[in-house]
Amino acid sequence: MSAPVPLLETRKLSKNFGGLRAIDNIDLSVETDETVGLIGPNGAGKTTVFNCVTGMSPPTSGDILYRGESLAGLRPDQVTARGISRTFQNIRLFREMTVIENVMVGSHCRARAGILGAVFRPKAVVKEEEELAAKALGLLRFVGLEGKADLWARQLPYGDQRRLEIARAMASDPSLLLLDEPACGMNPQETIALMELIRLIRDRGIAVLLIEHQMKMIMGISDRLVVLDHGTKIAEGTAEAVRADPAVIGAYLGKESIGA
Amino acid sequence: MTTPARSVALIRRPLSRIVLASLWFGLLSLPLMMESQAPFFGLRRPLLVSAGVAVIGVLRLAVSRRAGSGAGGVQRALGATGRAVHHLVGQIDRRLLYAVGLAAAALIPLGLNRYHIDILTQVGIYVTLALGLNIVVGLAGLLDLGYVAFYAVGAYAYGLLSTRVGLSFWEVLPLGALLAALFGVLLGIPVLRLRGDYLAIVTLGFGEMIRITLNNWDSVTRGPNGILGIARPKILGFTISTPIQYYYLILALVLLTVFVVERLNRSRIGRAWTAMRDDDVAAEAMGINLVKTKLLAFGLGATWAGSAGVFFASKMTFISPESFTFFESVIILCMVVLGGMGSVPGVILGAATLVILPEIMRQFALYRMLIFGGAMVVMMVMRPQGLVGSPRRKVALGPKDRPRPTAVS
Ligand SMILES: Nc1ncnc2c1ncn2[C@@H]1O[C@H](COP(=O)(O)OP(=O)(O)O)[C@@H](O)[C@H]1O
Ligand SMILES: [Mg+2]
Repeated sequence: MSAPVPLLETRKLSKNFGGLRAIDNIDLSVETDETVGLIGPNGAGKTTVFNCVTGMSPPTSGDILYRGESLAGLRPDQVTARGISRTFQNIRLFREMTVIENVMVGSHCRARAGILGAVFRPKAVVKEEEELAAKALGLLRFVGLEGKADLWARQLPYGDQRRLEIARAMASDPSLLLLDEPACGMNPQETIALMELIRLIRDRGIAVLLIEHQMKMIMGISDRLVVLDHGTKIAEGTAEAVRADPAVIGAYLGKESIGA
Repeated sequence: MTTPARSVALIRRPLSRIVLASLWFGLLSLPLMMESQAPFFGLRRPLLVSAGVAVIGVLRLAVSRRAGSGAGGVQRALGATGRAVHHLVGQIDRRLLYAVGLAAAALIPLGLNRYHIDILTQVGIYVTLALGLNIVVGLAGLLDLGYVAFYAVGAYAYGLLSTRVGLSFWEVLPLGALLAALFGVLLGIPVLRLRGDYLAIVTLGFGEMIRITLNNWDSVTRGPNGILGIARPKILGFTISTPIQYYYLILALVLLTVFVVERLNRSRIGRAWTAMRDDDVAAEAMGINLVKTKLLAFGLGATWAGSAGVFFASKMTFISPESFTFFESVIILCMVVLGGMGSVPGVILGAATLVILPEIMRQFALYRMLIFGGAMVVMMVMRPQGLVGSPRRKVALGPKDRPRPTAVS
């Protein structure tokens, strides 16, 4: 047996935008089944880490390893096919598609039907489509959107849209789910329901890397926290350890209360 | 000097927008309507057009002011009509809708004269073209202004292979479609990274490039003289020659197009296209290969233009570059937009409207195009989603997921 490798590992990950160093030498790891919180003030570089990991924005330097293999040079769709899936801070649903179709698009890379399959519709394709639909319905039930499958995605209220993004991301059967501020814009009840949902996701054996501003939520749910500020990692550890860390208190001073 | 931001603000202000629109329409009508021997330096008609547009603008402003924010009476009426059509289309089983449509399409021409049948054949050609472009623009969201190039590829494929090699209609029909698809993919590759306006400009250039090539490559295409004496299609030794025979041939092609496009639309690929149209960043993050999906759209869209082109050449027995101008691309695009992007029944309605209406308005000869343009503008302002609007795809559920009819009465 070789030494266990983390599910995801970034090594000295850096990204420049022109002269701006958005993230600087970030080392980060997520183990299988782990829920890791990524926190830090606005503009700290959290979303940039997601964009680098998912192949949406190539890193300036450093390496990203998934199950020990480099993701360098892979397109976003290839990264998703490997088993990493994400949601977006500013919701990016397919607005002119129905709710269930949004989730079915999430399964795109797990299905096979091509042009000929679409036109001639052999038994195998019919069966695949039915399975995709059934799986999508199951996921909608899982995130609490049953009964809304046939609405347009744009018709959903804000909180439901965030949950739909999670269902869509889960449709590609990821091993690692990246959630970018999923509670943003939710009311307190919705936030509590979301925390419960994230626990259930972890119970399904999916590792979660979670960006969140609502401290109470992220501290209650994460096994471990990583704190970014101005593109660098300033602290890492359990919620209690991070909360007491002077560097973290300094970074948040005058911005928002960390214990809130 | 006005900065761009300031000129935009100027256009946004409703009154100045009306003035600009009226000037613009007046200018557009100059080449069409200038008369050498008329008052006002021959500008009488363009001035009338300007005045007319200004009046319409003011009326619209008044209506929308009175009805509150945006929703004018006409707009609401149009919206309600659209919703009614939508509702109807949604209520009726699609198969029933198509069966009735097919029965009508098969029977109506029996009572018409040759001239009217020819118009219906035109409708058939444009339905095929518009359904193909609908894949590219309506489903995949890629603005293609050079679509007519693929129509030309199909027509010239048959023209040349028929007159020079002696291939038959049925041999060239799949070949022409395939060749057009190949051109579609070839055009797709360089424009993969382009979006919106840039994509529109490059595809426009591509369309013109094909037309200019056809116009100048005398040794092969005989340039502006075109190709004469293209063979008519034969079925089992029987030659198709009368308008009604051609009509039933194009009807068959339309049926095939509708069938394939509907199935593509309701497939994994169709979903990938609409996802890409709605948000390509999210689509890629959900595991969709954008390169492959875009090229499939360009290729499968061009296929139908290619087969329509083969049919067109066989019907006319004569083709020249004149039939494949930029204006054709625009008309086909209008059909897609007018009917409702992405909706197959909508696109059929759009194509039928834009072929038949101008024929009805023949007596207004000069004003025809202007009315047409004006109607498109009004349509876009009032009901941008098109007459029918985009359809809600039914998802095929397995037996155990289908909602069960409840036993309680
Ligand atoms: N595409 C981009 N181009 C230029 N600068 C960017 C881009 N994306 C992010 N940035 C900058 O990088 C920094 C980090 O941004 P981001 O990762 O979005 O922060 P966070 O998600 O932690 O709020 C910010 O200063 C932001 O302005
Ligand atoms: Mg962010």
